[in-house]
Amino acid sequence: MPLDAADRPKTSFKQVGTRPLRPDGIDKVTGRARFGADANAPGMLIGKILRSPHAHARIRKIDASKALALPGVKAVVTKDDFAPRDDDLADVLVNVMARDKALYHGHAVAAVAATSVQVARKALALIAVDYEVLPHVTDVDEAMKPNAPVIRDGLITKGVDPALTKASNVAERYEFGHGDVKAGFAQAEVVVEREFKTEATHQGYIEPHACLANVGSDGTGELWVCTQGHYMVRDNCARLLGMDLSKLRVTASEIGGGFGGKTTVFIEPVALALSRKAGRPVKLVMTRDEVFLATGPTSSTSMMVKIGAKKDGTIAAAEALFKYQGGAFPGSPAQFGAMTAFACYDLKNVKVIAYDVLCNRPKQAAYRAPGAPMAAFAVESVMAELGAKLGLDPIDFRRRNAAKQGTKAVYGPTFGPIGFVETLDAVKNHPNYKKPLSKNQGRGIASGFWFNFGGQTCVSLNIGTDGTVNLALGTPDIGGSRASMAMMAAEELGIPYDQVRAVVTDTSSLGYNDVTDGSRVTFAAGAATIHAARDAVRKLCARAARTWGIPEDAVVWENGHAKPAGANAGNHKPLSLKEISGSAGSTGGPIAGHHEFNAENAGPSFATHVVDVEVDPETGRTTVLRYLIAQDAGKAVHPSYVEGQFQGGAAQGVGWALNEEYVYGKDGRLQNAGFLDYRIPVASDMPMIDTIILEVPNPGHPYGVRGVGETSIVPPLAAVANAVSDAVGVRLSSVPYSPPKVLKALNGRMKAAAE
Amino acid sequence: MVQVRIGGPLASMAGGLTRFELEASNIREILTGLGEACPRLKPVLEQGVTVAIDGELYRNAWFQPVKPDSEIYILPRMAGG
Amino acid sequence: MAGIHVTTTINGDTVEYVCQPDETLLDVLRDRLGLTGAKEGCGTGDCGACSVTLDGRLVCSCLVLGAEAEGRAIATVEGLADGETLHPLQRKFLEHAALQCGVCTPGFLVAAKALLDRNLNPTESEVRYWLAGNLCRCTGYDKIVRAVLDTAAEMRESRNAA
Repeated sequence: MPLDAADRPKTSFKQVGTRPLRPDGIDKVTGRARFGADANAPGMLIGKILRSPHAHARIRKIDASKALALPGVKAVVTKDDFAPRDDDLADVLVNVMARDKALYHGHAVAAVAATSVQVARKALALIAVDYEVLPHVTDVDEAMKPNAPVIRDGLITKGVDPALTKASNVAERYEFGHGDVKAGFAQAEVVVEREFKTEATHQGYIEPHACLANVGSDGTGELWVCTQGHYMVRDNCARLLGMDLSKLRVTASEIGGGFGGKTTVFIEPVALALSRKAGRPVKLVMTRDEVFLATGPTSSTSMMVKIGAKKDGTIAAAEALFKYQGGAFPGSPAQFGAMTAFACYDLKNVKVIAYDVLCNRPKQAAYRAPGAPMAAFAVESVMAELGAKLGLDPIDFRRRNAAKQGTKAVYGPTFGPIGFVETLDAVKNHPNYKKPLSKNQGRGIASGFWFNFGGQTCVSLNIGTDGTVNLALGTPDIGGSRASMAMMAAEELGIPYDQVRAVVTDTSSLGYNDVTDGSRVTFAAGAATIHAARDAVRKLCARAARTWGIPEDAVVWENGHAKPAGANAGNHKPLSLKEISGSAGSTGGPIAGHHEFNAENAGPSFATHVVDVEVDPETGRTTVLRYLIAQDAGKAVHPSYVEGQFQGGAAQGVGWALNEEYVYGKDGRLQNAGFLDYRIPVASDMPMIDTIILEVPNPGHPYGVRGVGETSIVPPLAAVANAVSDAVGVRLSSVPYSPPKVLKALNGRMKAAAE
Repeated sequence: MVQVRIGGPLASMAGGLTRFELEASNIREILTGLGEACPRLKPVLEQGVTVAIDGELYRNAWFQPVKPDSEIYILPRMAGG
Repeated sequence: MAGIHVTTTINGDTVEYVCQPDETLLDVLRDRLGLTGAKEGCGTGDCGACSVTLDGRLVCSCLVLGAEAEGRAIATVEGLADGETLHPLQRKFLEHAALQCGVCTPGFLVAAKALLDRNLNPTESEVRYWLAGNLCRCTGYDKIVRAVLDTAAEMRESRNAA
């Protein structure tokens, strides 16, 4: 609901800003919480998926007769169990189950349901797939070459005028910018131009995808699933299986991390198809290598960034070229890379071109601020080099060019109230920024931006006759959102936090809710909760008014009580929420508040990170010594979980910067589909992570809330790269800054010095 | 009349045109008007776009009002992680 | 394959089950005994989400066979609290907001308890290296490490007071 201009965000709070315990906490520390793989059903079968060993192959024939003959096998499904489509779900379906071609190593080609996991595994080995292996390409630059194998027949690049006629792996070209870049660079006195690459990284949630499907012969079904959005799962699965939306009830389990990777369907339609065919419940749980092979990592990229500045530090012009591969399907976040790359800066002349490219890799899925961390790695690396050449302090250099309210963003529109300068000032005034550094130690600074989104949201708030409240939400809780929602409801109702119980309901209990993504839940579901509570308060006041026999507008709500107000209201003892709800049965029936809307005006969030590292010149290993984050939260509802979002994003970014990468062999096969070889940060890799929560209110939310979940992963890649460069004077053209690569650069430099 | 600017990649689908003047009081009228003024854009508009009004991003808000002096950009469809 | 009969102790209770020779202790706990607190994050001993103790020793239950539990004592996250009373680690994890999604939390709690059983005065580095076998993707470890250090301090204090 758009706010009236006069309706400024609330600034004084009783509960918002405190740190109560989360409502799902006890279950999660005692092992009681039920995640995706923790559910079972009587008569349940186990589902398993057969995956392509080839990066690119035509599927000539699938013969499942031997598998079906194996005792205990109850169903086999292939592409023939799903009707082909040409709509918005066409690519989703092809990714769920390969059709004429296997498009990447790990692409699903068939699935079985059997009485045990042992039988299911045996059955997979008995399915004969006749492949014709095709040439493949996994590198984004290679995929753009004229002689590259074309992955999708007849793919013509969108966004090129006049339209191209020759098919290629480039799905779309994007261009953003304003001003005159050529004239701008002509005025620049110092110019830095560099090329960069980043490898694909995986969201790395600890819980593999899991679901339990149960479809009846009457066309109704139930699905238990770990997902960021059970309405999305319901809609996609029902459409893929030809079911009515209302006949598929989806329940979101507790979710063991998502970070964008659980915003689409992979195994769910397969489990439902198996269950329908076998007439029994089917549980399907991915193994970790399946998660790496067949669920969305983020894009790998190849980038060029050029920035020119005057000697006083004013940026005269900036230009960038971004190539993002998104796997074997269109849809990489290249446009987000282009839109976010220079969003921190007030630029008069800027031009960004980006390409969405296909490779024989798994279909990329959203990963925390999709597309932004890579672009920021390139831009902020160049900013560091340029600032150093100009002899400017990195914070001062950024501050001189910082985006403010009124700045025209690179992607077009003009920013409203934003808190970027505040993040720069906050880190500059923090003790970490002044700590002395020793030999082989260095400090890196980088900034980042994310749009934040709102989206469709529906919330119900039911008041019990004892005065306690159930808050029904349709947005899976990934990081403590039930606590934040309960706090906002309690704040509005004027009752203690522990009298509000927030629950994520199934798809049959509430209207549609968009997935938990885009840093949207505390913002959008929070605003819906506040409005639902206000709806309930109106009804509570009306009941009090009838009880007192006075007009409704003569009643106000204060501190959890209805009170008479105004000259003609008369003298009545205030009625508490508990008293009003206790007599609800006699005053008109149950009392509930609802709100459904499409939240807009999410308000962007900016961050600046400062990282200190030490590089071991013997091994090339980088140790993170200190880490500092300043980010604008608009208003922190539960500061502990806001800090947690900052810290978690930073740690993921450190992993991306130092270790994590998808490694492909010449055969197009993924070489490191496991946590041993794909190394995410562990406790001993990280220091404590200092946080500064800034609160520049978002005028689009009743309390001023901005999303905070995604921005925190944007700066770390460049911050770490800049710190390594500051420590030992080497700058790599690609992440990860893994020990062998850093050591090679160090040795190369020593060799050059010796010659 | 409102001034509507086509941001980034959509401009190439509008035949390189980046500015339109339309009679519109809300987002739905802008999208309808744009589709009529530039039929090549119509399928893109129907698939979904983001509309920035005075710096705020709107993804699905047909009835969001616009004023004659509003800054309006049509951007590609957007979603987060 | 013929099942193997196993008698073992889990969280202090005698338990009997029949399992296949290739079944892991994690599969037995989760699928046969309904103890789903231990999670399978990788199945290869890399993530620690399935941590339990076997005769007091911290192990990944995905790397132990169900048959190996014969005559041993197993402790899982389900046995951490004493009835209604949470273990101090469980309480401190909640107070410090040391979990976001919570799927790694059972493993961290079991592993942290195994540390504090041996060393009630660990340094930050000792906590970080002890917990290096447990992956968390949400928190960046800051609040987890603080929760463990704070628990150790509280337990030392109550031990000294006793």
